[in-house]
Amino acid sequence: MSSQTHFIGLNTITRRFASIPPFSERLAKRITGQKASTTVVHAVEDVSLSVAKGETLGLVGESGCGKSTLGRVAAGILAPTMGQAHIDGAAVMRDGRKNTTRVQMVFQDPFASLNPRMRIGDTIAEGPIAHGLVKKADAAADVARWLKAVGLDAEAAQRFPHQFSGGQRQRVAIARALAMRPDALVCDEPVASLDVSIQAQIINLFLQLRRDLNLTMLFISHDLSVVRHVSDRVAIMYLGRIVELGATEDIFLSPHHPYTRALLDSAPRLAADGAPVQDIRPISGELPSPINPPSGCAFHQRCAFAQPRCSQELPVLRSLGEPREVACHFPLAQQGEPL
Amino acid sequence: MSADTNMPGRAERQFPAGPPQGKLAPSGGSAVREATSVGAQFPAGPPQGKLAPPGGSAVHAVTSVGAQFPAGPPQGKLAPSGGSAVHAVTSVGATLLLQVRDLATEFATRSGPARAVDGVSFDVHAGEIIGLVGESGSGKSVTGYSILGLIDPPGRVAAGSVKLDGQELVGMPRSKLRALRGRRIAMVFQDPMSTLNAVLKVSTQMELAMRAHGKPSKQEMRQRSLQALAKVGIPDPERRLDAYPHELSGGMRQRVAIAIAFLNNPGLVICDEPTTALDVSIQAQILVEMRTLVREAGVSLVWISHDLATVSVLASRLLVMYAGRLIEEGPTGEVLRRPHHPYTQGLIDSLPSRAAPGKDLLQIPGSTPSLTALPSGCAFKDRCAHATAVCDTAPQQTVAPPRTWRCHHPLNMGAPTTAQGTR
Repeated sequence: MSSQTHFIGLNTITRRFASIPPFSERLAKRITGQKASTTVVHAVEDVSLSVAKGETLGLVGESGCGKSTLGRVAAGILAPTMGQAHIDGAAVMRDGRKNTTRVQMVFQDPFASLNPRMRIGDTIAEGPIAHGLVKKADAAADVARWLKAVGLDAEAAQRFPHQFSGGQRQRVAIARALAMRPDALVCDEPVASLDVSIQAQIINLFLQLRRDLNLTMLFISHDLSVVRHVSDRVAIMYLGRIVELGATEDIFLSPHHPYTRALLDSAPRLAADGAPVQDIRPISGELPSPINPPSGCAFHQRCAFAQPRCSQELPVLRSLGEPREVACHFPLAQQGEPL
Repeated sequence: MSADTNMPGRAERQFPAGPPQGKLAPSGGSAVREATSVGAQFPAGPPQGKLAPPGGSAVHAVTSVGAQFPAGPPQGKLAPSGGSAVHAVTSVGATLLLQVRDLATEFATRSGPARAVDGVSFDVHAGEIIGLVGESGSGKSVTGYSILGLIDPPGRVAAGSVKLDGQELVGMPRSKLRALRGRRIAMVFQDPMSTLNAVLKVSTQMELAMRAHGKPSKQEMRQRSLQALAKVGIPDPERRLDAYPHELSGGMRQRVAIAIAFLNNPGLVICDEPTTALDVSIQAQILVEMRTLVREAGVSLVWISHDLATVSVLASRLLVMYAGRLIEEGPTGEVLRRPHHPYTQGLIDSLPSRAAPGKDLLQIPGSTPSLTALPSGCAFKDRCAHATAVCDTAPQQTVAPPRTWRCHHPLNMGAPTTAQGTR
C-alpha cells in the first residue's frame, strides 16, 4: 500500500442520511403508541476507491447515485457514516473535523459557491491567510499569481462575483481552490452549468493545471464525453455503489456492466465524421429509491440481462483478470460464464 | 376575420404577388429564399390565405400526416405547396405550418434596448422537427417565446411576422392568441416543477387544458388524459392522474408536461430545453418517446437546446443562433458534417468527443458579447479566426437551398454535398 497508488484512498465508505419525520408525525405516532421511524437514505454504500498521485479518476452516475456525496467525503466536507477517507496516508477528517488543506473542492455552480459580497481577491486570499500559507502582506501578489494561472487579469481581484460571466466565475472558483496549495482536487460537475464553448475553455484549463501542478483529481460528472476526455480511469456508480471501475478507454470501448453499456447507449452523441447518431437506446424504468434499495443487484429491475439470482444476491465488485472491476453476476462479453 | 384586417398594409408585404421581391428577407440573398419558400407557399398570395386543402398531389407523399392538421383551425386554411418544385428545404412538398420572417424582439434595459432576437426567418413544415441551437443569450428561447406571444414588457416583438397556418400572430389580440395557444400551438418548458401547478392534481391540470378549448364531458376528459399519459410512456396512468406533481420524479413530471402540451392535438409544439434538467437515461427515454409521438401524431416540433448532440437525435433540420441572429441553417447531418459558419464549426470542435482523450479541446476564444454592446458588423468577428476587414460590415444571409448561412468567409465550401437532407 504505497502512497503512490493510494494517494487518495477511500476505504469502505458508507454514508447514510437519516431524516427525522416532522414533529406532527412523531406526535401522532407517540399518541397511538407506535415507534417513530426515521427514514434512512443510503447515499453511499461500502465504496472503496483509490486514486494514484497525478491521476484523474472520473466518477460517473445519474443524479441520486451518490457521486457527489462520495466526493464530499473524499474532500473532507462530509463525515462518512462508516469507513475513512485518506490523502497520502493521512486521514482527511478526524473527530468529525477536516484535518487537512491538501484536498480542495471545486463546485458545480460558481454563482452559488462564491460569496457575492466579497471581492474576488478577498475570497481567494481568505483561506491561505487563515491557514498561514501566505502572509497578509504577500496576499495581493499571491492572488494575482493564481488569477493569472487560471487565465484572469490581476485587476479582477478588485471586482465582485456578479461582474463576471459564468465561465470566469468558475475560473475564480478554481483559483480559490488552487490558492490553498492542494495536492488533490475534487471537482463536482465543474463544467455542467457552462455553455459548450466555455466548457471547452474550462476543460482545457483543468488539463493544463493538471500538467503544470501535477494535481490528483476526482472528477465527478454525469456527462460521459467530458469524463472520457479528462479521466485516466473511470468509476461508474449506481444507487450508492460502484458497479464498474477501469481504464477510461477500456470502459468506453467495451463496458462489462449492463448499466455502463446502457448508459453509453443512451447518451446522445455525434459520430466521428460529425454525423448525428439517431439510434439511441434508453434504459427502461427509473432509478430506484435509495431509501428502500432493491434486494440483490440494485440494477436488476431495469437490466435486460437479469436472472433470478440478481434479485437475491448482491454482486460484489470483482476483478475480471484485467485492471477492471465489475459488480455483476453476469458481466457482458462473458455471458453464461459462471462465477 | 383574418389578422390582416387588424393590420392594413401588412398583407401586401407578407404576400408578395410575385416571388422574387426581396421584401421579406431584406438581409440580402433574399431573392432565392423568396422564390423557394414564400413565393412557393403563398403563390400570388391573396391575403386571406384561404387556399385549397391539399389536393392529393404527388408532392405530398412525404408527409401524409400533414393532411390531418389543416382541418384544425377555421380561421386560416393552410396553403398547400402548389406545385412547389422550387421549394428545396428538406420537407419537399410538406405543408407550410409556421413561417417566421425577420422576427426581432427587444428588451428595454438600463443600458439601452437589447435585441435578443434580430432578423430571424425560418419555416416549419407539417410533421417536421427542427432544432434551434445556441448558447445562453443567443436568443433561441426568446425566439420560441416570441412565436407564442409570450414576451412581456419591458420586452416586445419589435418587428417581423410570425404566421401559423398563414395567420399572423404578431399583433394578434390576446383573446385570439389564447384560443390558439394550447390548441394549435403548445409549449414545453425546461423545468417541469415550475410549469406544473404544485397544488393541483395531474388530472385537474389536464382537465383545465382541455376545458380551455371546448366543453368535453368528464368521462371524455378522463379518457383523453389516460391516453395522453400512456402515450408519453407513463406507467400506470390511472394512478398518476390522482398524483400531485411533487409525488412524481423529474422525468415523470416532464412527461406530464409533454402530455398536457399534446392534449389538444396541436399542430406545432415548441420545446424549450425539455430534457436539460433530466438524467441521461431519462432524457433518452423522452427523446425516443417524442420521436414516436411526432411520427404518430404528425406534429411539428421546434426543439430548442444548447446541446448539439441531443438536438441531432431528433431534428431533421438545424438552425444555429448566435447573438440574436440565425447564422446557419440546413439539414442536420450536413450542418454537423460540413458547417459553413465558423461559429458552428467552433461549437462542434469544442465538444469533448471531438478531440483525442486528454488532448486540449479546440476552443472558441472569448465569450458571447453583450447584446447591448454588440460589435459592429459580424457579431462573431472578435472570436473568429477567419475574420478580416470585411467582417466589419454585417454579413448578409446567403441562401443556397437547402442551406443558408450568414458569413463572409464560409467554411467547408469545397466538397460537394452528398445526400440531400436527413429525414
